[in-house]
Amino acid sequence: MSELATSALSGAQFNGLALIEDAGLCGMISLRGDLAAAAVKKAVKAATGLQLPNTLEYVAGEANAIAWFSPDELLILTPYDEAEAMTASLSGLLAGKHHLVLNVSDARALIRVSGRALADVLAKLTPMDVSASAFGPGTCRRTRLAQIPVAMWMPAAGRVELVCFRSVSGYAFEALKTCAYPGSDVKHHTL
Amino acid sequence: MSKRLATGGRLIDRKRAVNFTFNGKQLRGQAGDTLASALLANDQMMMGRSFKYHRPRGVVASGAEEPNALMNMGEGGQFEPNQRATTTELYEGLTATSQNHWPSLEFDVGAVNSKLARFLPAGFYYKMFIHPRPLWKHVYEPFIRRSAGLGKAPVERDADRYEHFHVHTDVLIVGGGVAGLQAARAAAASGVSVLLIEQTAHWGGRAPVDGGTIDGKDPARWVDEVIAELSALPNVKLRLRTMGSGVYDHGYALGYERVADHTPGDGRPRHRLWKIRAKQIVTATGAIERPLSFAGNDVPGVMLASAVRDYVANWGVSPGDRTVIVTNNDDAYRTAFALKAAGLEVPVVVDARAGLEGPLPEQARAMGIRVEAGKGIAFVKGSRRVTGVALTPQAGEGATLEDVPCDVVAMSGGWSPVVHLWSHCGGKLNWDDAQACFRPDPARAPTGADGAAFVVAAGAANGHGMLDATLRDAHAAGKAAARSAGGKTHRKAAPKADAVAEGPMAPVWMMPQGADQKLRAKMWLDYQNDVKVTDVQLAAQEGYESVEHAKRYTTLGMATDQGKLSNINGLAVLSKALGEDIPQVGTTTFRPPYTPISMGAIAGEARAELFQPIRKTPMHDWHEANGAHWEPVGQWRRPYAFVRDGEQVADAVQREVKNTRQALGLLDASTLGKIIVKGPDAGRFLDMMYTNMMSSLKPGRCRYGLMCNENGFLIDDGVVARIDDDTFLCHTTTGGADRIHGHMEEWLQTEWWDWKVYTANVTEQYAQVAVVGPNARKLLEKLGGMDVSKEALPFMAWADGQIGNFKARVYRISFSGELSYEIAVPASQGRAFWDTLLAAGEEFGAMPYGTEALHVMRAEKGFIMIGDETDGTVIPQDLGLHWAISKKKTDFLGKRAQERPDMARSDRWQLVGLETIDGCVLPDGAYIAEDGHNALGQRKMVGRVTSTYFSPTLERGIAMGLLERGSERMEEVIEVPTLGGVTIPARVCDPVFYDKEGKKQDV
Repeated sequence: MSELATSALSGAQFNGLALIEDAGLCGMISLRGDLAAAAVKKAVKAATGLQLPNTLEYVAGEANAIAWFSPDELLILTPYDEAEAMTASLSGLLAGKHHLVLNVSDARALIRVSGRALADVLAKLTPMDVSASAFGPGTCRRTRLAQIPVAMWMPAAGRVELVCFRSVSGYAFEALKTCAYPGSDVKHHTL
Repeated sequence: MSKRLATGGRLIDRKRAVNFTFNGKQLRGQAGDTLASALLANDQMMMGRSFKYHRPRGVVASGAEEPNALMNMGEGGQFEPNQRATTTELYEGLTATSQNHWPSLEFDVGAVNSKLARFLPAGFYYKMFIHPRPLWKHVYEPFIRRSAGLGKAPVERDADRYEHFHVHTDVLIVGGGVAGLQAARAAAASGVSVLLIEQTAHWGGRAPVDGGTIDGKDPARWVDEVIAELSALPNVKLRLRTMGSGVYDHGYALGYERVADHTPGDGRPRHRLWKIRAKQIVTATGAIERPLSFAGNDVPGVMLASAVRDYVANWGVSPGDRTVIVTNNDDAYRTAFALKAAGLEVPVVVDARAGLEGPLPEQARAMGIRVEAGKGIAFVKGSRRVTGVALTPQAGEGATLEDVPCDVVAMSGGWSPVVHLWSHCGGKLNWDDAQACFRPDPARAPTGADGAAFVVAAGAANGHGMLDATLRDAHAAGKAAARSAGGKTHRKAAPKADAVAEGPMAPVWMMPQGADQKLRAKMWLDYQNDVKVTDVQLAAQEGYESVEHAKRYTTLGMATDQGKLSNINGLAVLSKALGEDIPQVGTTTFRPPYTPISMGAIAGEARAELFQPIRKTPMHDWHEANGAHWEPVGQWRRPYAFVRDGEQVADAVQREVKNTRQALGLLDASTLGKIIVKGPDAGRFLDMMYTNMMSSLKPGRCRYGLMCNENGFLIDDGVVARIDDDTFLCHTTTGGADRIHGHMEEWLQTEWWDWKVYTANVTEQYAQVAVVGPNARKLLEKLGGMDVSKEALPFMAWADGQIGNFKARVYRISFSGELSYEIAVPASQGRAFWDTLLAAGEEFGAMPYGTEALHVMRAEKGFIMIGDETDGTVIPQDLGLHWAISKKKTDFLGKRAQERPDMARSDRWQLVGLETIDGCVLPDGAYIAEDGHNALGQRKMVGRVTSTYFSPTLERGIAMGLLERGSERMEEVIEVPTLGGVTIPARVCDPVFYDKEGKKQDV
């Protein structure tokens, strides 16, 4: 039914010190379970084609990706229209094993931030270490963006994807935009 | 007079003039000037009036320690008071006005206070205005407030932008003087990341002015080379105009960057607050020169010796033609040399010490400068400007030996290391007798979570006055910090520095040492707060032995400069008056910020739209476009009512209630909390969380549940739906979702960690719409997709299915008493679903309703609301909810607490309905009173109104309340006194006012 669905930010974009874009609808599946268990690894591999990420990491394939969220939680990313089926398939694969698989695609908004001043813009809002040595491609963090909780990962150098709750996506976008106004360049981090 | 010299001034650009105004006068400075140096260049020595006595005050210092030259800066949305002229970089169009004077700086009415000085001693206000008590609030305080105060408060909204910046670094170095630079080099060589911040716009600190050589080079050249070297290193970040504001636990520090104070209107944020996490912090914050306490030491023209040579060397400004230097140490001789080199007169160096044989006094004599050993200044002549000094033997009582005409007095009482940042987080100090100063005790440094030191003091801030010692110390500090931060060791050596050796200083706390009362009453310790030697002595005499008490009593070291100049001198006077040693008296507490930082920087981006996150449902924009009168619920905004043209808010509420009861209402219920609880132990877990039995609920069914905390008090309520054997969906109140999710997780993680239960807050996954009213089913049947008949989907059942084109989960639950379906669809489709319902529902009279209509309808039905009927002290039994408390379960959270005698006593306040006799609406929160008085002699209160509304359905006021023994008092008429003095009689009744049998919701 995705023709009826609209992302919370309706395709918003801002180009300043960094490019901030609504990434649109994205399938997101929350998986809770024993990440060390073979059954979980197998189920995730079968459903996504991907190995489990290590602690604080992010792995991506062609269509799917997985972000490590906590010692017993993953966020699986997949195209929006496939999330329901993948949720069902994971639930089936994990039947009998204590777990929780939920389609949370609609609960969140995904924002892409990219550009030369990416790290400087993020550092205005998040207390996490955004320097290249601490937050590089393939890493994932759960942190805060000003006053809201977010998770972010770096699929490739110079590009970050950030998820927040849907209801505060407007706040997240405005905050990022404000911190990316031309003229507020900090020139601290180098890409 | 003060003026611009023909040559010199290493920081100014003589080719670029800069226009500015001071008190409305058009003046001209040069690029690179500070406001203070530009004012001096325009012969404006007097820069303000003092706080208490309104005495004329001139600039004393050249940096952050300046107490006098505080300005109202800017205009309108850029106005800011209390800006130090010495740290304000001049820019084109700058406007400044001086503070604390009326009607003008030159002629001030308040200066009469000065004549009354003997009647305004320490603690004057406390003593004078304590009686009679009522006069304080209404007469004294307003009067004092009008005549006092530093600067004006801004009136307009701040026009500038501000931001925060979070940084992680291995080593933070505060202070970009030669010590900070060398510490940075030493640390950087270890491979660690280094952030070096400097509060001024220039690197190098005092060294380029004070002379000597480093590695055989002029210090200014050495500084340039080191900056070039550090700039090229990838692991070093340098930042000017950034003050180390505070050091806090866990290696946290704040830096205050004045990004655009000197370039207003260029589109950059004005200030940036750096939130720094450092493994190690080096404080290379330098030292501040101390004034000397002699009579008239506050007359404009009396300045710190170091500041006098700063103005000459840095900005090419002569503070005056004839400068008398008064000192207790060798360093001040450098000022004499600088003035001489600039072609200015130094009639005499007055040195309190006897027998001066060091190289610096020798050099002075060799240059033909008159040096008077063992002498002091008895008093300064002049009122608005120094005209001369009277010399006296330092050992005596103040007899004048000789008058020396001059227009500047350059004083030096020795140097105090800037130990503020060292001390903020618990670093302790030792008293150094030789230098008469407090300096950091490396054995008692601030410690981190691991018990190890995380702050190292370096250079002058660590008590090293001489250039070579400073650099050696800074090198060691940088190396040590880097090692502690995980850097590798290296064998690089400190640079070799050369400076003329200095002889020992001699502490001088009063000049002359035997000065009489009359002189002491003119010796200013704290310029900003007008505290004199006699004030501190009086405080000691009156029993203020603690330095912290004496500070508050006399105001010594308070306000914007926090005693940067007055601290040591003041406590030396106090200790002498108390007959104790200085270290026994100790210092007052050093607290952040080092100098005041702007409110804007603290707020950062959190203003206007970004002040707080506002949570919006998928239908928010529709609500906004359709007259929503907003109500904040937690961080959500919910429509209170949808107000139409020509309606008042109350009219809209009435209309929405009536329409829902008679036709069809739509409520955006998306904010309702939704928590998934899943696992083999989910039923067992919910039996503990709720007072009633949840494990017996059948899949496909819903049950209303109550949640209590371990003290038995009701904390939340909502409908639980069982999804399958392992899975429940728990609805919470709108404001309760995060709190209740946290509550569940806390019990799971701390008490029942071995139970197999996962929880997830899925509130935002769904847009939920309540379709309510007699026509509800008609609308859903029109849309089609699933069977919503009573048989297929009875009251308190739920089903997954399809409503029109939407995949939906439909709950037959009702908070209004009407036929009601709550329908959850994926949030991304929420707006489309809402639009579909509105369009298809038009023929059935569909109309959205807001939270107030929801409240009215639930009150008509006698349903409680968490936060109205509960306040954290109410148990379910008080609300007549016994039916929802399981008697079969062996345990649930709150069970044992509810058995306590106080919870079980029969005279608790219990929920009742209240009907006013005349049909009026009771005031919300009003008390129910009885005759007689309580133990405190107050009117006896036996209850209170918890919810009260005009019911459009019953066309009268209805209310619920908690009333002592309420359940036993049906039909009794009670009294509700109101604020206006009128008492409203009301009849106690059943709280269910509408459809007692519940027939309407179960059709």
